[in-house]
This record gives sequence, C-alpha cells and structure tokens, in this order.
Amino acid sequence: MLSLIVFLPLVAAAVLAAVPASVGRRVFAVSWVVVAAADLALVVAAWIGYDPSGGMAYEQQLPWIPTAGVSYHVGIDGLSLPLVAVTAGLFLACAIYSLRQTHRVKSFVLLFLGLQTVSQGLFTALDLILFFVYFDLSIVGMYFVIARWGHGSAKRSALTFFLYTFIGSLALLLGFIGLSLAAQPHTFDIVALARAAPLAGSGAYGALVLLAIGIGLAIKTPTVPFHTWLPPAHTDAPAAGSAILAGVLLKMGTYGFVRIAMPLLPETWRQYASVVVVVGVLSVLYGALVALAQEDFKRMIAYTSVNHMGYIILAVGAAGILAGSDEQARSLAVTGAVTQMVSHGLLTGALFLLAGILYDRRDSYDMSAYSGLAGPAPVFAGVTGLVAFASLGLPGFSGFIAEFQIFTGSLASATVATALALLGILITAGLLLRALHRVFLGSLRIPDAPGAARDFTDLRPSEAASILPLLAMAIAIGVLPRFLLDVIEPAATALIGMVGR
Amino acid sequence: MGALVWLLIAVPLGTGAVLACTGRRGDRLAPAVGIVAASVTLVLAATAAVLRPAVSVPLFAGIDAGLAVDGLSAILVVTVATITLAVLVFATVELGPGRARARFTGLMLLFAGAMLVTVTATGLAVLLMGWEVMGATSWALIGYWWHQPHRVRAANVAFVTTRAADLGLYLAAGAALAGGVSTLALPALPDVSRPWLTVLTAGIVAAALGKSAQLPLHFWLSRAMEGPSSVSALLHSATMVAAGAYLLLRLQPLLAASGWGEPVVAWTGAATALVLGLVAVAQTDLKQLLAASTSAQIGFIVLAAGAGGVAAGTMHLVAHAATKSALFLAAGAWLTALGTKALPALRGAARRYRLVGVTFTVAAAALAGLPPLSLWVTKDAVLAAALQRSPWLYAVGLAAAVMAAVYSTKAAWVLWQPEPADAEAGWDTEHAGTRRVVVSAPPALVFLAGSAAVLGILALPPVMQVWSNAPGNASSPAVWELTLSALLALAAASVTWWWGDRPIPVPAAARRWAGQWLRFEHAADVLAVRPVMVLARGLAAFDDRALHRIVLAVPAAGLWLARLINRGAESPVDGLVRLAAQTARGLGSLARRPQTGQLHQYYAQAAVALAVLALFLVFVR
Repeated sequence: MLSLIVFLPLVAAAVLAAVPASVGRRVFAVSWVVVAAADLALVVAAWIGYDPSGGMAYEQQLPWIPTAGVSYHVGIDGLSLPLVAVTAGLFLACAIYSLRQTHRVKSFVLLFLGLQTVSQGLFTALDLILFFVYFDLSIVGMYFVIARWGHGSAKRSALTFFLYTFIGSLALLLGFIGLSLAAQPHTFDIVALARAAPLAGSGAYGALVLLAIGIGLAIKTPTVPFHTWLPPAHTDAPAAGSAILAGVLLKMGTYGFVRIAMPLLPETWRQYASVVVVVGVLSVLYGALVALAQEDFKRMIAYTSVNHMGYIILAVGAAGILAGSDEQARSLAVTGAVTQMVSHGLLTGALFLLAGILYDRRDSYDMSAYSGLAGPAPVFAGVTGLVAFASLGLPGFSGFIAEFQIFTGSLASATVATALALLGILITAGLLLRALHRVFLGSLRIPDAPGAARDFTDLRPSEAASILPLLAMAIAIGVLPRFLLDVIEPAATALIGMVGR
Repeated sequence: MGALVWLLIAVPLGTGAVLACTGRRGDRLAPAVGIVAASVTLVLAATAAVLRPAVSVPLFAGIDAGLAVDGLSAILVVTVATITLAVLVFATVELGPGRARARFTGLMLLFAGAMLVTVTATGLAVLLMGWEVMGATSWALIGYWWHQPHRVRAANVAFVTTRAADLGLYLAAGAALAGGVSTLALPALPDVSRPWLTVLTAGIVAAALGKSAQLPLHFWLSRAMEGPSSVSALLHSATMVAAGAYLLLRLQPLLAASGWGEPVVAWTGAATALVLGLVAVAQTDLKQLLAASTSAQIGFIVLAAGAGGVAAGTMHLVAHAATKSALFLAAGAWLTALGTKALPALRGAARRYRLVGVTFTVAAAALAGLPPLSLWVTKDAVLAAALQRSPWLYAVGLAAAVMAAVYSTKAAWVLWQPEPADAEAGWDTEHAGTRRVVVSAPPALVFLAGSAAVLGILALPPVMQVWSNAPGNASSPAVWELTLSALLALAAASVTWWWGDRPIPVPAAARRWAGQWLRFEHAADVLAVRPVMVLARGLAAFDDRALHRIVLAVPAAGLWLARLINRGAESPVDGLVRLAAQTARGLGSLARRPQTGQLHQYYAQAAVALAVLALFLVFVR
C-alpha cells in the first residue's frame, strides 16, 4: 500500500517520459492532476484504514544492502501519516495551479512527479539510509525546479540552496553512520535503533552524533542561523516550487527531529534540550522581526516560515525537558508541533500560491508597488486575508490549534523561552496586517508591467480550485481538530515515552 | 438540551460566515437574513437562559471544549442577542442599498457569535477561541471602509493592541496546565498551585484590561470609532469591551485566590472610570465622547469584579449595554442624516430630529446616573461593594460618577440648543448626509433607550435572587448611598447645564492632552512600535549584509583556496614531476651514449670497468 503511494508518481513519470512532448502540454498537465488525485485518494484510503492506537502501520521490509544493515523498510504512524496526507494534498494543489503553465511543461511535470515520490518516500522511510537518499534527492529535484523555472537570479539562488542544504545532508549522513556504528549489530533501521537507543550513556560521542544530525536537520528546517538560503530560494522559485519547498521540503527537517533525533538519541536529546529551545525561540523572534522589515511580499512569507518553524523547534525542545512538566504537557507540545507542520504546510503553501498570482499578473512582489487590490480582485483579497489571519494563529484555523498546544505544553518546562515566543504571534499579527493593508486596502495602485493590461484579474478557476481546498482543510482542522489529533496524539505520547526513557 | 447551546453559537457564526463569503451578490438579501438569524439567536438565547444547557466534547489531550449557560452566562447571552438584533435592525439605515451589506451583516453576526462563544465557554481554550475571533472580526468591522487608509490603520492599532493583551490568555492557559489544572476549566482555575497562580492571574488580568480598554491600553477604543456607528453600538455595549469585564467577573474567585488580583483590578477600574471620565468631558466629537465614557463605565464593572461585587457588576454591564447602544445608534442616526459627529456642528440636532433627541436624552440621563434610571441603581450597587473594601475606592468611584453626570449633560446640552442659522456649514464633513431618519431607526432606539431606563429593576433584591447564582455576594446599596449619588448626579448635571459651553478654567495644554486621550497611543508608538521597527530593520540588514555574506563567503573562500592551491601547490608539484621527467630523459639519453654497437668500444668500456672494480677492491677492502 505504502510503496504504491510512494512510487505511483514515479511510475507515472516513467510512462509520461515515453510520450513525446509534441502531443501538447495539456496531456502532461492533466495527467499530472489525475496522478496526484489518485495518489491523494490512496492516502485517504490509507488514513481510513489506519488504527491510531496500533502504532506503526502498513509496514514493509525488504533486504537492500544486508551486509551494511540497510533495508527497504517503510511504514507510517501518527507522526508521518498527517505529513503524507499534506504532501499528497499540496502536490495536487500544485498540479491544479500549474494547469496554466506553458514553459517546458513535460519536464516540469516529470520533475514534480519525481519530487512527489521522493517526498512521500521520506515521510514513510523507516531506514536511515533510505531517509538520507530521499533527503538528498529532494534537494536535487528542487534545485532544477528553481534553476530552470525560477525568475530573477534563479540560477544563483538555486546553487546557494543546493550547496547549503547539501552540506546539511552530509552532516546528516555522518550522524547516521555514527548512530549505526554504535549499534550492535550495525544497523540503519530506525525502529531497531529506537528500540535499542544505542548511544545511551555515551557522553561526548552521543553529543557529536546529535550535533551532526541536528545541524543537518536545522539547515533543512531551517532555523536561525542556518536559514539564509531560504529567502532567495523562495523569492526566485516558481509559485508551485515555493509551495512545495515551504510546505513539504521544510517539514523534512522538522519531521527528522521527531522521527530520528528524539527517539534514537533520547538521553542526549534531554541533555541538550535547552539548546534546542534557545534555537527555537531565536528562530521565532528573529524570523518574525526580519519578516516585519521586508518590502517583498514573497520574501516576507519566507521569513514567517522561519518564525513558524521556530515554534516547532521550541516545542520539541521543551518536550525534552522533563523537569517541571508532566506527560500531558509534553505530549501537548509534540502534538502541537506535528499539527504545526500540517498547518504550515497548508497555509504557507496557499500563501505562496497567492504570491505567485501577484507575480503572474504584474511581475512584481514589491509591496510598495501595490495598493487597494481588494477593489479589482475582491476574491483574491478575501482569500489572502483569510489565509493571512489563519497564518497569524487565529482560532477557527489550523494555526491556532497548533500554536495553542505548543505554548500551553511548553510553558511549564521552558517558561521564559515560551513567554518570549508568545511575542512572535504578536509581531506576526502586526506584519501580516501591515502587508494586507499595503497590498490590498486603500486606494488602487497597480505597477505597470510591459505588455499587460491595466487591470488586475481576480482569481482564475484553476487558481481558486488549487488554493481554496487548502484553506478549507485549514478551517476543518481549526474547527473540528479531533480527526487529526486522534491520529497524532497516540504517536506523540509514544514519542514522549521514548524520550523519557 | 446540548444541541441548544451548539445551535446558539452555530446560528450566528454559520450565517455570518456564509453571508461574509457571498460578496456583493448577497447584499440585497443580507439585512433580512441577518435580522432573521439574530432573531433566531435571541429566541435560542432566551430558551437557553431558562433551560441552562451544557455540553462538552474532547478538544485536546485532557482538555475539553465545553459550553454552558449558567446564571452569569444566561444574562450575557440574552443581552448580546438582544443588542445584536436591535443594532442590525438599525444598521439598515446606516448602510443603505449599494453598500457592502453582506460583508457587514456577516461580520456583525460572526462578531456577536464569537462573543456568545466567549461567554458560554467553560474552559480557557474555547474562551480564547471566541475571544480572538471577536478581535479579528472587530478589525474587519472597524476597517469596513477599507478604501480610506486612516480607517485601516485604526483597525490595525485596535487589533494589535488588543492582541498584545490577549497574549496574557495564552500565558494563562500554559500557567494553568503547569499549575496542575490540566483541564483548563474556568471554575478550577483558583486551585492552581503557586507560583503559577500569580502568572495565571497576571495573564488573565492583562488580557481582560486590554480587551476592556482600561488604562493604560484605553487608546485603541478611540481608534475603533473609525468604523460605522452600528459597529460602535455593538462593540461598546455587549461585545468586545464587555468581554474583558465579563472575564473578570467570571474569574472573581481567581482574583480573590491570588491575593493581589482584587486590589489591582479594583483600582485600575476606579482609576479608568475617573480619568476616562475627564477625557470624555474634554472631547469635542460626539462619538469620541461616548467612546471615552465606555472605557469609564466599563471601569465601574472592572471595579466591581475587583471589589467582589459580581452581581452588581453584571447588572451594570447589562444596563450600560442598553444605554450605550442607544446612544451610539442615536449618534449614528445624526451622522447619517447630517454627515457630522462633531459636537459643535450638532448644535440643535435633537430639535431637528426629536425622537432621536428624546431617546438620546433618556439614555444620556441614565448614563449620567440620574434617578430613577438604571445606571443610577447599578452603579450604586457597584460602589456599595467598593465601600466594603475601602472608603477611598468608594470616593474615587463617586468622583467618577460625578464625571459621568458632567459629560452626559454636556452632550445633551449641545444637542438641545437652538439650531444656529449657519448650522449647515458644519454638516457633511464625514460624508453627505441624507437629511432624514429612516423608518427602521425609531423602534431600535425606543427599545434600547426604554431598556436603559428600566433595567434598574434587575437590582431589586427579589429580582436579583432569581438570576444571581450567589445571593450571598449581592451587595445592595444602602438608602443613604443611593440618595447621596442621586444628589451628586443631579447637582453635577444642573451645574453642567447651567455652565453650557463656556470655556472650562483649565490650561489649554491639559485640555488638549485629555482631548487626545492622554496621548497614550503616541507613547505606545514611541516606546514599543518604533523601537520594534528599528530592531526589525536592523536585523533584516544584518541578515542580508552579515549573515548571508558569511554564508556566501564559505564557497568564495573555497574557490579562493582552490586557486591558491592551484598556484601555490599545484605548480611546484607539477614542476617537480616535470623535473623528474626531464632528469630521467637526460639520464636516458646519457645512458644511450655508450650503446654504440661497436665491439671494440665495448671491450674498452669493459676494461675500464674492470680496472675501476680492481682499484675499488684494492683500496676499499
């Protein structure tokens, strides 16, 4: 089942690759939508068949490189299932959004299908080497998306992105090897390593392994100070690329913390949890403040991602501090962190697609160039307003469900850090309102774009069909969160138990 | 039973959400749909007030989402639903056909629905949800005329200020969990262990004071006036500002348990009542005057919560809600008809539109605390509770009551003056007036002003027994207190009426300072907003110019190193290799020289070699 979900896009890509590009772009664009929808349907079926109390489900293990202890081992639990679902949803949204794409459609579609396999593969991988392979391939795929379909100084941004995150992945590999060598017998199996926790009581060696894995994941997440690849990559990437980068690829970093760093290195994690908390709160405040000063709409969203990822880091750090908190609080924090991954995927994905509309119409993200767009484009303005309010953590949307749990669960163990991080939601509120005010409200002003008409077209059907479902999911989670939390909570509690060993 | 309370919040929230999303297509039907939804909500609220339903479903791990209507909630849900209906009926006047009525009606219903969630929530999590949605919808309502940047800025100020205070609720939720109350249920909050109890109380108090526009965060209420008058009528009476006061009344046991919460809250309320009373007197704009008086009157409710007079505070909240909504609707009626809200320009407005004038005057008299109207009784019930705590608290409260008489009378006096000949010159400053009051305005005004007059009966002991959960804490004012405050109010009102618009003998700077709401917004701007912006720009510059440069420097350094190695190491090594090759080639050609192929030369070479070998053996061995 899982392998079907993972490899369906890749198989489809292989079939499409055989079709000549001359049959027309519609063939590729439409088949992409069909494949993405089929994949989402499979994920929904997997969700329906999933028993939250049963732990790891749909497991499958085949030997791959037995001498090195590497196997093809996949499975999902409450931590990964929501992310697999968000991934499938976001890729479908991007497929619909890209129906109007005209530039090199065939290779674009093939690349995104490949990226989907890589992303789904990473979230289902239960083997460190398998995880690493997907982790690296995601970087390669996104490099080509940015470099070939980006705008501005796309080549340069793509190269920065590639080199920076690639170094991160090398650190990650180093850490994985360190982990495997410590285990007897040597293995890269995540489940076996989590059971054994081979580096318990190993002192400096464990700390070095955690440092290597931590840096690798921190670059991907990204946290301050490893975030500087993110703004240029986002600003110059095409809209669908940005949505996948923010919505799916960043989650690979945070997911690594809850899947690998915490359960495999529980004792070391507890020892250095306060460092993680500090990094988290720094990301929250730094990301929010720098976002406040941005003039470029897309760059601003990129920095709010740093802020939102900071809450996750804060929560997973606080979950490692046992003093002063009970199991309920720590479980709330981890549940909040996973919910935040889902929520950020939906909302920031939607925000980047909306930003893409701005560029599509007028070739500019410069907020000072626009004003009063709510007049000619009321639906665009209304949807952006709703997504912005959702992004600043308004109740009724998924962001609140995530952030409330993170704050409530983290305050006991990381009091000062959490209190400081609270300021983050105030600054985010200020900056998003400011952006809404500048771009959408007030009197009308639209920048001139060569060859474009003087008006501003409202949301087109394909754009609405891609963005509105994301918003609808965020509202569904915000109003009726149990369907999601029922899946996440048992896994979060299990993780807390492992960290507390 | 449980479905009732779900319906109570679902009807306004659901209808509101749908209406707000219909865009301009829904404008024609929106007023009717809104009035029907508000009526249904009112019926549901009244039924709920009788049946007292309660429901609870799981929300987070160990934290339930509970909604319940108890004694305090019952009064509030009925008040909120009633005033929402009255305001929506009136709003058809203010926002005629052609305006974005669907957006307006939808947001108003969402706003009221969020308040209903807030007052029926049984735990902090759901309360916070209603609380924040209310803040966000107030942003959209204040910025209703979004074409005008100053109105949007005002909405931003209001939202960011109240959200700054709202952080207190997030803090409180965490503190409750850390302090052992893992359900976050409101009745259990006083059991939180120290030191978390202090954090919890501080968070609750900060959030409540911010939402209720108490000192020092009162300034956002002045900016909230940029919205339509109907919005002000709802925001200033039964929702938003009332939410903070409600929270303090609801959590009075927490204030008592904390040890310091009661005096802090009581004194903040008393100080706000007095100081914002002075601010109200200094206003020259009718809506600004009413806004400042809202802060001041909510101050009485806050004072009641701090002094333990929950029943008294609740009565004051209800009576004030009716009074203030009537006043704002009247102000809105004049604004629509005459296009102005400046007091000097409104001279004689009450004579021109007599029904509006009479209803305004009845409500203003209630606001002034004149007997036998409602606020006279309810305020004295609050002050009676204050007197049990401290005579000073009582004295400040009484002084604030005198200020209420002064500002109410001041407004009424201007409105009843004969209309000057050049009155029209001052009109139409906000927008072009319609010069008439539309038919749907009078019912709403008469109903609300009538309620403002008679709601004092809530304070009669037998009536209070019926609705109050805790009869023990109902502090009834003594006869002398009622007489004293009535006499003071009458005296202050008479003096103000006689004084008219002669200048008040205080320095102009002080008048201006009070007129600008003590310039706290400026202070917040200088002390908080600008430093944060400077910090943000500084960090952004650091991010671009330092941090990113460092990152880019790494590959640059790598390239430099590569070139260095190329020049410094590669060439010498290469040179050595070449040298070795040349030497080998040289040696090779040297070694080729003896290979002549001639036998006699080989013999000669062999002889020389043998001779050397013989010499070597002779000398070395």
